[in-house]
Amino acid sequence: MNPTLTDIIRDGLWHNNPGLVQLLGLCPLLAISGTMVNAIGLGIATTLTLLLSNVLVSLIRNHARPEIRIPVYVLIIASIVTAIELAMNAWFHGLYLILGIFIPLIVTNCAIIGRAEAFASRNSVPRAALDGLMMGLGFTGVLIALGALREILGQGTLMANAHLLFGNWGHNLTLQFYPSEHGFLLALLPPGAFMAMGLLIAAKNWIDSQLEPEPTASRDESTNEPDTAPDNA
Amino acid sequence: MRFRTESSPHIIPAHSVGGVMQQVLLALVPGTLAMTWFFGWGVLVNVLLGVLFAVAFEAAMVAARKRPVMATLADNSALVTGWLFALAIPPLAPFWVTLIGIAFAIIVAKHLYGGLGYNPFNPAMVGYVVVLVSFPREMALWPAPDTLPESPLTLLQTLQTVLTGSLPAAQEWDSVTRATPLDAMREGLVSGRTVDEITASPVFGSFTETGWEWIGNFFLLGGLYLLFRRVIHWHIPVAVILGVAIPAGFFWMLDPGSYASPAFHVFSGAVIIGAFFIATDPVSASTTPLGRILYGAGIGVLIFVIRTWGGYPDAVAFAVLLMNMVAPTLDHLTRPRIFGRTRGGPPPGDGHA
Repeated sequence: MNPTLTDIIRDGLWHNNPGLVQLLGLCPLLAISGTMVNAIGLGIATTLTLLLSNVLVSLIRNHARPEIRIPVYVLIIASIVTAIELAMNAWFHGLYLILGIFIPLIVTNCAIIGRAEAFASRNSVPRAALDGLMMGLGFTGVLIALGALREILGQGTLMANAHLLFGNWGHNLTLQFYPSEHGFLLALLPPGAFMAMGLLIAAKNWIDSQLEPEPTASRDESTNEPDTAPDNA
Repeated sequence: MRFRTESSPHIIPAHSVGGVMQQVLLALVPGTLAMTWFFGWGVLVNVLLGVLFAVAFEAAMVAARKRPVMATLADNSALVTGWLFALAIPPLAPFWVTLIGIAFAIIVAKHLYGGLGYNPFNPAMVGYVVVLVSFPREMALWPAPDTLPESPLTLLQTLQTVLTGSLPAAQEWDSVTRATPLDAMREGLVSGRTVDEITASPVFGSFTETGWEWIGNFFLLGGLYLLFRRVIHWHIPVAVILGVAIPAGFFWMLDPGSYASPAFHVFSGAVIIGAFFIATDPVSASTTPLGRILYGAGIGVLIFVIRTWGGYPDAVAFAVLLMNMVAPTLDHLTRPRIFGRTRGGPPPGDGHA
């Protein structure tokens, strides 16, 4: 009863989105989403970590003994995050300074160990890679939406400090909507992050409820599901 | 002769929600007029705007939730929220401060939690804290009390200021606005001056502060009216005021040079209006007698603590919101003994049944 490739993509990006549905990794999600550039930076780092850790965990899934699998996953994830941290320090030093402790803290992001345990440890390498990539992109998408919302409300800009991520031409990417002294400071503060997150989750649930077919139809679908997905890898 | 039998309830409550809110509005009038006397037309303009926005948002949210609009508006609770919010913000704050604050109060703090009776936090104070945290510059526009500026703003000039956010020509913010006494006290103490030196400034009057002391007295009058009409109970206001006055008096006696007097603390800022009108919100406050006393005392102590050692000059809104969070626990812990039962035990004789 393995999910199809389309299911993996849909789950990661929407139905089982780590930010909006699983509510995992909320600490960096809320702390770093003050501006869109920070959000993109952390999103890329998290996606890379998810992708690499899922691949490695999937590779050793038949060799790691179940008793010690969790410490093994933690070691793998920690090594990957350390490598990414060093790389960011070397090539995106400005962004690295802004993101600070939240780069090493990717290790503790529950979404990553959650995917390693729940998906990568029981699926083949390509599927695990796809899952890691899609979960990462889903997480990044939420980060970016939150970052854009908070940056526009809080300081009236979009993509401020883009040069930290894209080099010098990034200066042209910054949009200024209104003077920053009129910003809605609450959006930049932690409570604003929680409120914006709540509104995003509400929006997701509302969209789902609009897309949902009639209740009777969906019940029919769910009873059919076991028959249509018999393939076992 | 036939005796008519009726089923319960036999005692019909004298207060409907709408009626209670009407009493509260009536009780707010003297204090509001006193504020207008000392701080100019901006107070009335803000109250009008606040009430208007509150009713508009309330109607929109009730309609969006598919509830009867007119029946819900008749409970007058939006009026109270809008009015209290308007009294909390500076009289010269631009209109969009009121708009955003009321939007948060009605939409987020009230209706997203389920409407009147379900809101865990006082809506007016949520709205006030949102704008206080978000717009520090606009929230500092307290005009000097009436007697101080050379040329106070006229009604038209006030309207222009509130609607455009900028003063009419020939007026300067620095000549129209003044640090509030609480601000002056806080800044002065931080920069190392003594209370006596600070209170020599013209914003301080004979008793505590020019203007504010009388505003406090008139809100006290309204509060006593509410007590007299049994709209509120004595527990919360008394506990709030004692909660401020006792710690303030203790530190004042230790060192009158670096701690303001209890009278200053009680009659400055929003303590009186907070004690009688805001902390007594029947929805978000504690409801048992002992719970009310603890709830009020908590608010009072928090006001003193935040004023003295915290980051803001006044703290009524923060204190109320913090204690709102505790209120359900207080209610749970202080449930009164039910007649015929031991405290926390089964009714006597229950074991024989």
